[in-house]
Amino acid sequence: MTTPAPTKQRLIIIGNGMVGHHLVEQLVEQGALDRYQVTVFGEERHLAYDRVHLSEYFSGRDADSLALSTADYYAEHGIELRLNEAVFALDREVNEVVTDQGRTPYDRVVLATGSYPFVPPIPGNDRDGCLVYRTLEDLDAIRAAAEQANTGVVVGGGLLGLEAANALRGLNLDTAVVEFAPRLMPMQVDTEGGELLREKIESLGVQVLTERATQRIEDGDNARHRMVFQDDKILETDLIVFSAGIRPRDELARDCGLEIGERGGVVIDDQCLTSDPQILAVGEVALWQQSIFGLVAPGYQMAKAALATLIEGETRFKGADMSTKLKLLGVDVGSIGDAHGNQNPGARMFRYLDQIKQEYRKLVVSSDGKKLLGAMLVGDNSYFDTLMQYYDNGLELPEDPASLILPSSEGAPALGPDALPETATICSCHNVTKGDICASIDAGAVDLATVKGDTKASSGCGGCAALLKSVVDHELTARGVEVDQSICEHFAHTRQELYDIVRVESIKTFGELIEKHGHGLGSSSAPGLGCDICKPAVASILASCFNEPITDAAHVPLQDTNDTFMANMQKNGTYSVVPRIAGGEITPDKLVVLGQVAQKYDLYTKVTGGQRIDLFGARLEDLPDIWGELIEAGFETGHAYGKSLRTVKSCVGSTWCRYGVQDSVGMAIQLENRYKGLRAPHKIKFGVSGCTRECAEAQSKDIGVIATEHGWNLYVCGNGGMRPRHAELFATDLDDEKLYRTIDRFLMFYVRTADRLQRTSVWRENLEGGLDYLKEVILDDSLGLGDELERQMQTVIDNYQCEWADAISDPEKLKRFRSFVNDARPDPDIIMTSERGQLRPA
Amino acid sequence: MNTATALKDEAHTDVTWQTICTKADLVAFSGVAAWLETAEGPAQVAIFYLPGHARELYAIDHHDPFSDANVIARGIVGDIKGDAVVASPIYKQHFRLEDGSCVEDEGVTLRTWPARFDGERVVIEA
Ligand code: SRM
Ligand SMILES: Cc1cc2nc3c(=O)[nH]c(=O)nc-3n(C[C@H](O)[C@H](O)[C@H](O)COP(=O)(O)OP(=O)(O)OC[C@H]3O[C@@H](n4cnc5c(N)ncnc54)[C@H](O)[C@@H]3O)c2cc1C
Ligand code: SF4
Ligand code: FES
Repeated sequence: MTTPAPTKQRLIIIGNGMVGHHLVEQLVEQGALDRYQVTVFGEERHLAYDRVHLSEYFSGRDADSLALSTADYYAEHGIELRLNEAVFALDREVNEVVTDQGRTPYDRVVLATGSYPFVPPIPGNDRDGCLVYRTLEDLDAIRAAAEQANTGVVVGGGLLGLEAANALRGLNLDTAVVEFAPRLMPMQVDTEGGELLREKIESLGVQVLTERATQRIEDGDNARHRMVFQDDKILETDLIVFSAGIRPRDELARDCGLEIGERGGVVIDDQCLTSDPQILAVGEVALWQQSIFGLVAPGYQMAKAALATLIEGETRFKGADMSTKLKLLGVDVGSIGDAHGNQNPGARMFRYLDQIKQEYRKLVVSSDGKKLLGAMLVGDNSYFDTLMQYYDNGLELPEDPASLILPSSEGAPALGPDALPETATICSCHNVTKGDICASIDAGAVDLATVKGDTKASSGCGGCAALLKSVVDHELTARGVEVDQSICEHFAHTRQELYDIVRVESIKTFGELIEKHGHGLGSSSAPGLGCDICKPAVASILASCFNEPITDAAHVPLQDTNDTFMANMQKNGTYSVVPRIAGGEITPDKLVVLGQVAQKYDLYTKVTGGQRIDLFGARLEDLPDIWGELIEAGFETGHAYGKSLRTVKSCVGSTWCRYGVQDSVGMAIQLENRYKGLRAPHKIKFGVSGCTRECAEAQSKDIGVIATEHGWNLYVCGNGGMRPRHAELFATDLDDEKLYRTIDRFLMFYVRTADRLQRTSVWRENLEGGLDYLKEVILDDSLGLGDELERQMQTVIDNYQCEWADAISDPEKLKRFRSFVNDARPDPDIIMTSERGQLRPA
Repeated sequence: MNTATALKDEAHTDVTWQTICTKADLVAFSGVAAWLETAEGPAQVAIFYLPGHARELYAIDHHDPFSDANVIARGIVGDIKGDAVVASPIYKQHFRLEDGSCVEDEGVTLRTWPARFDGERVVIEA
């Protein structure tokens, strides 16, 4: 093609955000670095990060994990990256950009400066604690401010505003959203959709105020600020986040006289060229045919067009689709094409509204009913992918288009991955078509990860993940490749499949299972060994099904060390001992025994986060004696080591508390004794509170029970830990008996269907059909499984025995509790030191 | 230093098979720890017993270099790509029973000792 220029041209990219970085990657991948010496200026101190998932910064992700690349990547490709250095002028006279570090000459410039959050000109908008939501630094500021705050308000009820509201809620603020328009998300939904959205969001405890224009912000009486609205109504709050739209950061372009749109934005053509052909613009700063695109996918497409311009390629920016699929505050909202139906004269509509389930769907179709022009979804986005494919590919609609938005049980014709044409876009962020995916597979990719690596599909907003997986699985299967769902190299099965095999064939040992269904290193006289993935998983399945002691000879080699020794291994090879203290209730006598045992064996003691007492530092060879004494005093194992029921946390309840409406301690003890010893894919925790004040934090547990005047409310699938999740209300006002039955079914269904090491929260999030489906199965018995699940639970309950009591009565089982098989000395390498009056590992 | 080397050389010549325990002391498809006196000093050894397999008995260092704790005998035995391995119970690295090499970290290898049955007795060469 073109001969490379003798010296490289100097290309400057201003802005190291999502689109700026995407352009860098394109330059690298398309070999453009042969022709350009690239310098990138970024005003933020962080390297480009995933702004789309910014909110996850509040739910556990840190700046590193949000980063889109590394400084090494830039260095490796000889790209100069100057972070924390804003460009403040573009000097077109001499072709230089100006920063406070000096001037840098350029041949070409790309503006990728993005946008900034618009803060309406309200008096008082600059008070302390008035913030915005765009950068990592903004989020740090919000987090810091929230520590001093009880209440928070988001000004703006659009997409980003609701996301900010969710963040405030997550920071435990009483949250309100104030929207100027008559409904939430006015761009994406219509009046009916907006109403439903409001109901859903209010039911989550977020207050929604629409048609409110803030007049001023001043000192509050009961909170830091008082917002005064146009009708003189007021709202007091400690913290305010403005999210009233975005504005392009076009100041550089404005100052140097480039053409700017009437309402801002650097005007570009299809090649992303500005009015000065040496200068290009991409992303949210760019205005194309009077439109700013506030989404990342169009920005990436602009980056591709800009690259083409820089290397004289063909790609042009042809506009982009603003269809979006979102989950805001846990509520699905989807909008496709002309969702309001006001851009296509003659368009016809179908609507479906279910006020009970709170779902709303609308189809906009061409006047002949053959083509989909737009769609709107509130409450259930499972319809999105199919509709999007009809829209995107101009597929002819089925005879009765309404079937596409009717509840699935009505038999909507599913549009499988095979029905899609090769040109169908699967990932719009990276513009990956089904054809690209097939090409990757034909070039040798045999799994999802490789296809993702090849095509980048699903590495942008992530919205296409489900569709991508189904296309990849389908294409692999079509080529005779078995899609690998195997738990490990020894079994070509999922945990769920293994569970079914064990039940159906009534297999009682690992040896039998691997002989019949697995493979690996075995011999004619010995079954395969398995590994540390499949063995504990199978051990757990066998225990859930038959509940034989895990210390039985056939099961011993399967267990994780904690299960084998029925104690938790600590970092120096000693163990911790946690006897069961059901419901957290313990007699003074038993407390004394714990103290005595700890004294005798020199154990460190601590009250755990699960309302019981942990004795640390027990030597392997002391475990049987320690347990002998504990069992003597009436204790039993607490299964702190198992993937099994841990604790049922309780509050003091009606027996003592003046607010209590039921005996929460009594119920907690009942439940703990009922389910103790139940082995599951992961650990299970319960909480029982005596009234709605919730002192037992039941809503952060796998199973939460909260007393009502009439019985118990049941919550399920909560989680503390790494990714906290509030439990969801599952059933109300249950009597004791009904409560047990419901939990029996729920837990057994979880044990049956969850993946290995999947807590109930993650299981629930991956469960197709969600909470409604779960309710159907458990409460309405839609699968007719109810009795069977209850019977299975009864088997587990009936076969319960304290593993420690069983073990210490069997010398054969105690054999492994010797420090050395040939020597009685304790391990001399375990060295302790003393701190605050107790021992700890040195 | 000289003495030590000399001593070692001398000891090397009379390497012996030491009786450690009996078959009944072992746990099938799992490990037990044993105390071993060697010429270089005492060592803690993990003995794994895989009845019915081509090789039934393995003796490998009980010390886990990643956690610095003596725990290898308490790991889960398995196979990875055809090699018998044990997974450290603390941070879960795998070591091949045959030669002690670590699957995850090529630079790390545990000591191993030849081991065999002499009738019902378990003997280790050290
Ligand atoms: C002892 C204790 C800390 C304490 O001194 O308070 C503890 C200690 C351990 N926790 Fe915990 N957790 C303890 C309460 C909790 C709690 C609080 C609670 O139960 O209310 C949580 C958050 C609630 C939850 O689970 O949702 C908690 C969330 C975790 C997690 C994260 C789970 C998650 O879903 O994100 C892990 C890691 C895991 O299980 O994979 C973990 C794992 C561990 C392990 C097993 C880590 C390990 O492998 O060594 C620790 C060993 C326990 C031991 O040696 O005895 N621990 N852990 C608490 C024992 C409670 C009990 O009486 O049984
Ligand atoms: C909370 C949140 C959620 C979002 N969710 C979605 C979503 O679900 N789906 C979706 O498609 N989009 C979403 N977006 C929008 C998406 O993040 C943007 O479309 C995308 O980041 C735009 O990329 P950009 O490179 O144009 O701008 P930015 O990513 O903003 O990058 C611009 C960069 O340029 C820097 N800069 C500006 N001026 C200068 C200067 N003079 N000198 C040097 N550097 C400068 C800025 O500091 C910034 O780092 C979301 C945005 C936010 C804030
Ligand atoms: S949850 Fe209610 S009953 Fe239980 S201690 Fe708290 S206030 Fe009392
Ligand atoms: S559509 Fe955004 S990552 Fe694929």
